[in-house]
Amino acid sequence: MVRLDKNKSFTEDKSIESLPLPEKVFIPLIQHIGRPATPQVRIGDLVYLGQKLASSSSTISTSVHTSVSGRIVSLQDWPHPVLGKARTIVIENDKKDTSLFTPRSHEQIDRLTPEEIRGIVFEAGIVGMGGAGFPTHIKLNPPKSIDTLIINGAECEPYLTGDYRLMVEKTKEILKGIELISRCLRAKDVFIAIEDDKPEAIKAFNHGLCNTGYGLRILRSYYPQGGEKQLIKNILGKEVPTGKLPFDVGVVVHNVATAFAIYEAVYFNKPLYERVVTVTGNCLNNPKNLLVRIGTPIRELIDFCGPLQKQPFKIIIGGPMMGIAQYTDDVPVIKTTTAVILLDREEAALNEEKPCIRCGACVKECPMGLMPCLINLVSQKGLWFKAEELGAMDCIECGLCSYVCPAKRRLVQSIKRAKLEIR
Amino acid sequence: MKNRLIVSPSPHIYKDESVERIMWMVILSLVPAGIAGIIIFGIKAFKVIFLGIVSAVSSEWLLQRLTKKKITISDGSAFLTGLLLSYTLPSDIPFWIPILGSFFAISIGKQIFGGLGQNIFNPALVGRIFLVASWPRYITHFIPPLGYDAVTSATPLALLKRQEIFEQFSYIDLFLGKKPGCIGEVCVLALLLGAIFLLMRGYISWHIPITYITTVALFTYVFGAKGLFRGDWLFNILSGGLILGAFFMATDYVTSPLTHKGQIIFGIGCGLITAVIRLWGGNPEGVNYSILIMNAFTPIIDRYTKNRIYGR
Repeated sequence: MVRLDKNKSFTEDKSIESLPLPEKVFIPLIQHIGRPATPQVRIGDLVYLGQKLASSSSTISTSVHTSVSGRIVSLQDWPHPVLGKARTIVIENDKKDTSLFTPRSHEQIDRLTPEEIRGIVFEAGIVGMGGAGFPTHIKLNPPKSIDTLIINGAECEPYLTGDYRLMVEKTKEILKGIELISRCLRAKDVFIAIEDDKPEAIKAFNHGLCNTGYGLRILRSYYPQGGEKQLIKNILGKEVPTGKLPFDVGVVVHNVATAFAIYEAVYFNKPLYERVVTVTGNCLNNPKNLLVRIGTPIRELIDFCGPLQKQPFKIIIGGPMMGIAQYTDDVPVIKTTTAVILLDREEAALNEEKPCIRCGACVKECPMGLMPCLINLVSQKGLWFKAEELGAMDCIECGLCSYVCPAKRRLVQSIKRAKLEIR
Repeated sequence: MKNRLIVSPSPHIYKDESVERIMWMVILSLVPAGIAGIIIFGIKAFKVIFLGIVSAVSSEWLLQRLTKKKITISDGSAFLTGLLLSYTLPSDIPFWIPILGSFFAISIGKQIFGGLGQNIFNPALVGRIFLVASWPRYITHFIPPLGYDAVTSATPLALLKRQEIFEQFSYIDLFLGKKPGCIGEVCVLALLLGAIFLLMRGYISWHIPITYITTVALFTYVFGAKGLFRGDWLFNILSGGLILGAFFMATDYVTSPLTHKGQIIFGIGCGLITAVIRLWGGNPEGVNYSILIMNAFTPIIDRYTKNRIYGR
């Protein structure tokens, strides 16, 4: 693990601000891991804020909702931040925000059974908001009994401050969300994990945790401390066996932003139609943490944080270690969009790949104990079975090997390729 | 904006480090030992170093040119090979010795395997054993430091081998380099300065050098004299090429194991072979052979010392 240059100072002290409503939103039918949802509205339909647009009966999938009120104008292919292109519902915003939510009363909430909570979460279309986007209702219903719930507030990627701001500004709400999750899971222990570079969040939770029985775990800010497997090892001293999932060792990990979304869904009947996005980088005059409606093109976020100081040469959605470079600023914010980062010419420059000098930096830093330089060599020869022998499938794709490599070898990139070939 | 955006897979940020910088930092760390060598043996030593480096860099250029490969002499690796080779030579040698040695080191030691990162053996040491095997007379012909009367002399280790008295050298002499020997190996103090720099900057780890030196110390302490546990271990550490070899040659990334576990085995192996050659072998010194022999074991050490993968 490595201490990275965090670059969080751009936005860490900026309170969450709401982005003005967009004229049009572009809602992809797939914003999660699993099957795309099937549309259940037609072009020309009028929709109210938060109305369900599409749903799915597949085991691993979830529904999507409109983030504005207005009229559906088309169903078309549109740039997608993860998939390149995807089927997308386009809605013209009437800017009235007509909605039909009815908040639940405290008595109602206290009486909710785990099944009812899972149902609400499923109906609200909530997915893991740390970036992976695994449907949350499935993670609230593990096939084995759970003894520990870990709430991930590590936010170990550089630049990202959305979770941090949420933890500082919405501490109580997150704690209520955590209570709902632990009610579903019947977890004995609940830990909230925060990296030590977030003192305000630690203070807020230290204060908020009185009388809850939850534990606060302060982690040193090393990347990739917020990886699920790394959290479990650091907090519980356990390892998730290769090829297994956290629930196999009695653990479930949820992100703080997911806990907040669950709170909103249960208390206000509000589906997941907006999220906090960090818009940052030294190209921007006013980097910010924005509350953004899902489906807003990132161009509007960038304009709102502008004017541009420098020409951006790379736009990343997500963190700089695992995020995805975008080919257009037409892509919309989706449920898993943690950040929009603009890199200038120098930061975006691609380095020439040099021969491996076996310095062992990748071997030393790999959080999974792999030997990336060797997997890279066998991958280049197409010896996929050897890559598998070397543990390529255990790679969590954190990118640290490529980051530390002095020869700038495309290590994680070749391991990802090997994983595809092995599958 | 659209057409100007760069799209590449993650990660999008990189550590500010490069192969070139590592090579030049290692070269920098060797500068004190070179200066000490020149002070101790005079301008002759500088000539050897200079010719060794020029020959190594030009050989690399020539061979890359002839094989139509990209010229990479600015990466510092050939410079470093020439520098290290010249450090393992005595100062009073014909001018063509370092030139031929460096040419052999770069051609047979490195380029024939495919260049940087591909070689099995440490190129500088390959160059040196080529010279030792071909012109042993020159390579084992040592002059004492400036200010001493004798014309030629034997190294402390050679004296020890011949059971001759070596009391003429105090530990302080050995530490500061007032002894006959090779240019870059005599001043332990200067070498340690460079080694500390490399360790502090994280360019090398302690695993190879410390296990190597400790093994030599223990082994020579136990078996180094008549009767057990009476050997002069400190003399053994301070003499010959051990410090240079342990910190600057055995740690060569390309030819040493990848994991710390492997590096410890490698260091112990180097130490045992060095001590055995010194105590019972035909040569007074065993550092270069021991490192080369362990270089050959590196692939097999790598195979059996993989890190434990998380969750397995």
